[in-house]
Amino acid sequence: MSFDIFLQYLLNGLMLGVIYAIVAVGFTLYFGVLDVIKFSHGDILMVGAFAGLTAYIGIAGTFDSPWLQLLVLVLISLSVAAFLGAVIARYLILPLQKAPPINTLLVTLMLGLALREAVRLFYPNGSNPKPFPRLLPTDGISLGEFTLRSDSLILLLTGIICIVAVQRLITRSKIGLAIRAVAQDSETARIMGINFRQIVLITFMLGSALAALAGLMNGLYYNEVNFSMGLLLGVIGFSAAVVGGLGNFYGAIVGGFLFAALQTLGAVMLPAIFPDVPSAYKDVFAFTVVIIIMGLKPTGLISEKSSERV
Amino acid sequence: MKSIVSALVLALCSGLSFSVSAKDTVKIAYIGPLTGGVSANGIGGRNSADLAVRMRNQDPNAKYKYELVSADDECKPNVGVQVATKIASDNSIIAGVTHYCSAVAMSTVDVYHKFGLPVMVWGAVLPEITYANDYKEVHRVNGTMINQNEVAAKFLTGLGYKKWVIIHDTTDYGKGHNKYFTQYLTKNGGQILGTFGVTADQQDFTAELTKIKELKPEVVYFGGLTPIGIRIRTQMDRLGIKAVFEGTSGIKSDAYIEGLGKLSEGSLSFIEGAPWEKLPGGLEFIAKYNQQKYPDAPEAYGPFAYTAANLIMDAIEKAGPNRKKVMDVLNKTNNVETIIGKVSFDDRRQNIVPLISKYVAQDGKWVVWEDSLYAKKQRKLGQ
Repeated sequence: MSFDIFLQYLLNGLMLGVIYAIVAVGFTLYFGVLDVIKFSHGDILMVGAFAGLTAYIGIAGTFDSPWLQLLVLVLISLSVAAFLGAVIARYLILPLQKAPPINTLLVTLMLGLALREAVRLFYPNGSNPKPFPRLLPTDGISLGEFTLRSDSLILLLTGIICIVAVQRLITRSKIGLAIRAVAQDSETARIMGINFRQIVLITFMLGSALAALAGLMNGLYYNEVNFSMGLLLGVIGFSAAVVGGLGNFYGAIVGGFLFAALQTLGAVMLPAIFPDVPSAYKDVFAFTVVIIIMGLKPTGLISEKSSERV
Repeated sequence: MKSIVSALVLALCSGLSFSVSAKDTVKIAYIGPLTGGVSANGIGGRNSADLAVRMRNQDPNAKYKYELVSADDECKPNVGVQVATKIASDNSIIAGVTHYCSAVAMSTVDVYHKFGLPVMVWGAVLPEITYANDYKEVHRVNGTMINQNEVAAKFLTGLGYKKWVIIHDTTDYGKGHNKYFTQYLTKNGGQILGTFGVTADQQDFTAELTKIKELKPEVVYFGGLTPIGIRIRTQMDRLGIKAVFEGTSGIKSDAYIEGLGKLSEGSLSFIEGAPWEKLPGGLEFIAKYNQQKYPDAPEAYGPFAYTAANLIMDAIEKAGPNRKKVMDVLNKTNNVETIIGKVSFDDRRQNIVPLISKYVAQDGKWVVWEDSLYAKKQRKLGQ
């Protein structure tokens, strides 16, 4: 494999990894703060992407500048998802706080299904994949076989900046301190005067807005959104969070990039080693490796014991 | 006298009641993808079958009134089996115009055989649908992918292309295309640098396409349906792959061009039969279709669905609303004039369609190759 082809694989893997990592961070935030696994996360991602698409359709005639359109689209998409996240936290997660964790898991799983079917049924022509607007510049540079388009670069940088920003928010800000305090020990945090309910709502808003961002990135990268896009992304994001160490911020990122690397490796290596196995089995390969890692390190790569939560 | 009068009154009444009595209603089914990525084709097919039923109902010579029962198979084999079972177990339905997607048609033939429901496939092209079992219930009015791939392989090797990579989905449909295209391409001297099997709902193809970029093919052959065709073509552009994109009948839809915009330019597709303008009854068909003001186009396979519905209704007119008798009549279809030309079934009830049309996407439309700027050498493929 030549260096330029290797670079191309690296870029593809990083792009996938950054999307997976953002989804995984959401799962980790919820679990870290409230020990909750919110299975509707992938569908919130999808709703966010559709909200962005709807916003674009609404404003396409109003503004000519694609950057301005993009800004409005991002703002609306993130706000819709954050609002939805807050509603879910307030009316589904908090009331079930005393119930067994399996109940929350089931409720959010069903909510995800309801959201998915609602978009499929009520969004105009919702069953069909929708072309997502190409709002980012598409010019690029080539280096031998390596092609880097500016839209890929912008999306990659946005993803990385966003992950770093969330990390700074959690480790450096007052809200982050409160989130970490609730994650460590919610009882003590409450006694110390932290508004528990508010922190839970903020965490869910943050996680859901991140999901919407991942959905938009996905739409802008593949130029398509569909009602079932959150299903696989949710499962991959959750697996990434678990393999990295559920509840650990850095674990989620490691897990996201690891999963993307495994998928890319699977797609390239499988047909090369076994000519009869198509690259379609790359997900099977990635999930198998994840299962093996989980067998070897049941608490994930960065386990809670050796690190702080969230 | 009184008895004569009453007899007259009775005769008059019965005569009147005869003249105003409605014809018996006979139900026929339509099954195709009404939602999902290939729904444009499914809806086009449904409207075309519906058109055939409406036309027949306007015909005063028709013995029965027809009702079309539509069902959505979502282009998913498991859903297809469910709706096929529901339709086939409804005894009031006499026959069906069934399936655009090969994977679905393949999984439902057993159901039709079990319930004895005569069906006519209107869009699926996998040869095994008619050839793998000897089910007398299953007929097909469109051609198979064997003919399609023979033409596809000869066509581009004839234009001087030598190196291919194949991407196909891992359903029966995609695997069938891979099999027949590989067979004919090697026969015609083409070289296959690599074959990639992908899942039918895969989103990311960058890993496969990077490998393909390394292999430097002149043509990327894609055996699959519109939604992933759009994804692969989009991601080819993202990675800067300049090769010609050659699809199958599975991407010959307006949805492909709408989904890709300018990127669709120069994509190739092959289908059985001719464009409606060149079909024997094409102009008449499209005029009637437009008259009904359907919001969607009939798409590539609409004329086949229309023909299938008409052949079924002809058989019902002849044999009465009885599944077994209708099946026997359909089995014997030979040299019947239809809007797609003469329909004759071989011993496996497969219509022999000798004609395959080549299409290229040009300026946002599918254009028959011979009429295109590409054939006139004013544009070049893969630019």
